[in-house]
Amino acid sequence: MYRTLFPRDIFSELDRLQRELQESFDFSPSIRGTGRGGFPALNVGGTRQSVEIFAFAPGVDPKSIELNLDRGVLSISGERPSDIPQAEDKKQSVHIRERFAGRFRRVVSLPDDIDPNGVTANYRDGVLRISVKRRESAQPRRIIVE
Amino acid sequence: MNEVKAPETKAQAPRAERGADEATLLPPVNVVEDSRGITLTADLPGVPKDALLLQIEADTLTIEGEVRLNVPEGMEATHAEVSLPRYRRVFTLSKELDTEKVGAEFVNGVLTLRIPKAEFAQPRRIEISVH
Repeated sequence: MYRTLFPRDIFSELDRLQRELQESFDFSPSIRGTGRGGFPALNVGGTRQSVEIFAFAPGVDPKSIELNLDRGVLSISGERPSDIPQAEDKKQSVHIRERFAGRFRRVVSLPDDIDPNGVTANYRDGVLRISVKRRESAQPRRIIVE
Repeated sequence: MNEVKAPETKAQAPRAERGADEATLLPPVNVVEDSRGITLTADLPGVPKDALLLQIEADTLTIEGEVRLNVPEGMEATHAEVSLPRYRRVFTLSKELDTEKVGAEFVNGVLTLRIPKAEFAQPRRIEISVH
């Protein structure tokens, strides 16, 4: 059921391959981290009544997430604290560091038929789900032939 | 009276075995070691607590989780960066780690594992004698 909803495309497969390769030969990770997409990862889908955005933002305080909708562009921004000790601690060594930390911001361009007042958002299991209603007038109607 | 039987649950191999050849997402992790043990943190967004599977077998640690999103009926995806419903990652532990005393916490899609070092492996200062 999942694959039909979020079909696997060649790019995401390549991305996965690249990450796995990097995983095995990770002697000198890039200065910008693992280079896989932005944070949070986004899945976007739509129904006839709404546009659904799933932002995969684990470990973020939902109160600190800023959501803005401006002229059809939805922006998600916030900050994710690092769990890596900041101070130079000689007794600790970091073996793997892949998790994103710091400020983030991602934008989604929404379709024209959305209702800017019909936005709801909730955060569960590290996923922020934003649901944007489509305007009533844009919803499919059956037209009766007289 | 007819008795209505609940459909039998299908016999399934343990997830850890079944998932071996299945395509999965690799959750990003941080691993930090200090003198008393190792702390591993992993991002598993979309996984509820009951869909997380942690397994330590001999010296292999397996982290698995199933993504369960509350997707409305009839939704069509237009863009997907998380395109698989399952995370899986396997680590090999070393023998000085005490696998009996692993502590796990799972909050907001972030798993924190604390794997202490065994008593015998706790730090000791080794005196170097100079002759």
